[in-house]
Amino acid sequence: MGFLIDVSYFLAAALFILGLKRMSSPATARGGIVWAGVGMLVATVITFATPGMHNYGWMTLAILIGGGLAWYSGKKVAMTDMPQMIAIYNGMGGGAAAAIAAVELLRGTFPSTTFQVLAVIGAMIGSVAFSGSMIAFAKLQGLMKRSMNFSSQQLINLVVFGAMLVMGIMLMNADQPGTTSILIFFALALAFGIMMTLPIGGADMPVVISLYNALTGLAVAFEGFVLGNAAMIIAGTVVGSAGTLLTQLMAKAMNRPISNVLFSGFGTGSSGEAAVEGEEGIMKEIDAADAAVMMAYANKVIIVPGYGMAVAQAQHKIWEFTQLLMERGVTVKFAIHPVAGRMPGHMNVLLAEAGVPYDLIYDLEEINNEFAQADVALVIGANDVVNPVARTNPDSPIYGMPILDADKAKNVIVIKRGRGKGFSGIENGLFYLDNTRMLYGDGQEVAGKLISEVKQL
Amino acid sequence: MIEGFTALYIFMLAGFTGYEVIARVPVILHTPLMSGSNFVHGIVLVGAMVAMGHAETDIEKLIGFIGVMLAAGNAVGGYVVTERMLEMFKSSKEAK
Repeated sequence: MGFLIDVSYFLAAALFILGLKRMSSPATARGGIVWAGVGMLVATVITFATPGMHNYGWMTLAILIGGGLAWYSGKKVAMTDMPQMIAIYNGMGGGAAAAIAAVELLRGTFPSTTFQVLAVIGAMIGSVAFSGSMIAFAKLQGLMKRSMNFSSQQLINLVVFGAMLVMGIMLMNADQPGTTSILIFFALALAFGIMMTLPIGGADMPVVISLYNALTGLAVAFEGFVLGNAAMIIAGTVVGSAGTLLTQLMAKAMNRPISNVLFSGFGTGSSGEAAVEGEEGIMKEIDAADAAVMMAYANKVIIVPGYGMAVAQAQHKIWEFTQLLMERGVTVKFAIHPVAGRMPGHMNVLLAEAGVPYDLIYDLEEINNEFAQADVALVIGANDVVNPVARTNPDSPIYGMPILDADKAKNVIVIKRGRGKGFSGIENGLFYLDNTRMLYGDGQEVAGKLISEVKQL
Repeated sequence: MIEGFTALYIFMLAGFTGYEVIARVPVILHTPLMSGSNFVHGIVLVGAMVAMGHAETDIEKLIGFIGVMLAAGNAVGGYVVTERMLEMFKSSKEAK
């Protein structure tokens, strides 16, 4: 039996890596998740045959409850809410890793101190990933304020972190760790995850979720060492390093070092205020009819979607409108900023949901040179990612962030719900340019109007 | 048990593998890939089952139960969400 279990875990680890590899290319991505899924199924089923186990009844019940709830919520959730669902499932994984460590510590039978140390480290990382992900979920779901700052926050965080470390080191060295000290340790680790995530603003959430994803992977790997389970070690480590790379890519796209994201509130400093005062001028409005004509007779239109499109659920109407333009011979392309929306690739997912083929969708580097040849740049619900202030004003909090050069197009049309500022609270210089026209209204309604206007031409 | 340098070698090689496997991923797949890697660490379910399987006292069983429940949520939820996202990726040829 032991041999069969080893073979299954080996197979699972191989399938995970191959699955992830396939998931990193659009053509094979759909098969990738199935491969990884088969690996998971094989590993789970064979684990029931592990010698010397008991509690099978409760175990099956736990799988049914946890799996059932996740199945239901995963099927039901709207595409726009994907980021927070990923956060919550990821947090559950971190919590599970912490629970493994808790059981092992309570049993207190480690083959050597090394395993005890790894169990504690994994417990720390897993707990932080768990409570941190839950806070990230609450923020994205709108259950709590986007960023919370209070006086001497960093000091308190440091104290909690220090206390967690001290308790952790005590547990690593204890012969038979006491239940009370284990509980205190986990309480501190969970508290630290909460405290660490509270001050981080909503705009930085993608980076944070990705970081917690990597951390959970690492926690799983450590607990894999403790249990002597190679599939967990390999899968956890692969996710840990892939997640770290993904986190770096995102932080780089936003031009915000990871340390900045974690240790400072965003847009709360006085520099943000200075940038607001710097913008002068008037925003010029346009109505849907004029905008429709402008685009229908253009040669090339580049559409820049942002989170506003997701909120308004406008992606289906926008695709319908795009198809009408293409029938008229207009070249239409979609330009996606790496951090548009609440996660990298968030916009791609929404556009894909509406049926937009992925070969019409371009990354920042691919398309930025093309804006100068575009007749119209249609900005829908995007704000900070097209803000030229990032190029010009060194005082701005987003200075240096690579942006989509929508302002270089001959005409810019901005669909926007109201005159308010963007997510980061920074005034947008693009809206005041001479070649920019504002089209106010709910994204979906406006897109509907554009469609009927084009049809009448 | 996997011990000492064998463990370190596994750790190092798996680390490089993770990095290389997604090194050239286009932005378009970032969110699904994050979701997919989220699913992969759902393998923690296997560990949670083993931990619960040799739990003795009531508190160990309770924590084990919570662990298995959370891990099952991670694995199942991660799969459902990833599959839903990837289901929508079609090129213009396939769409017609």
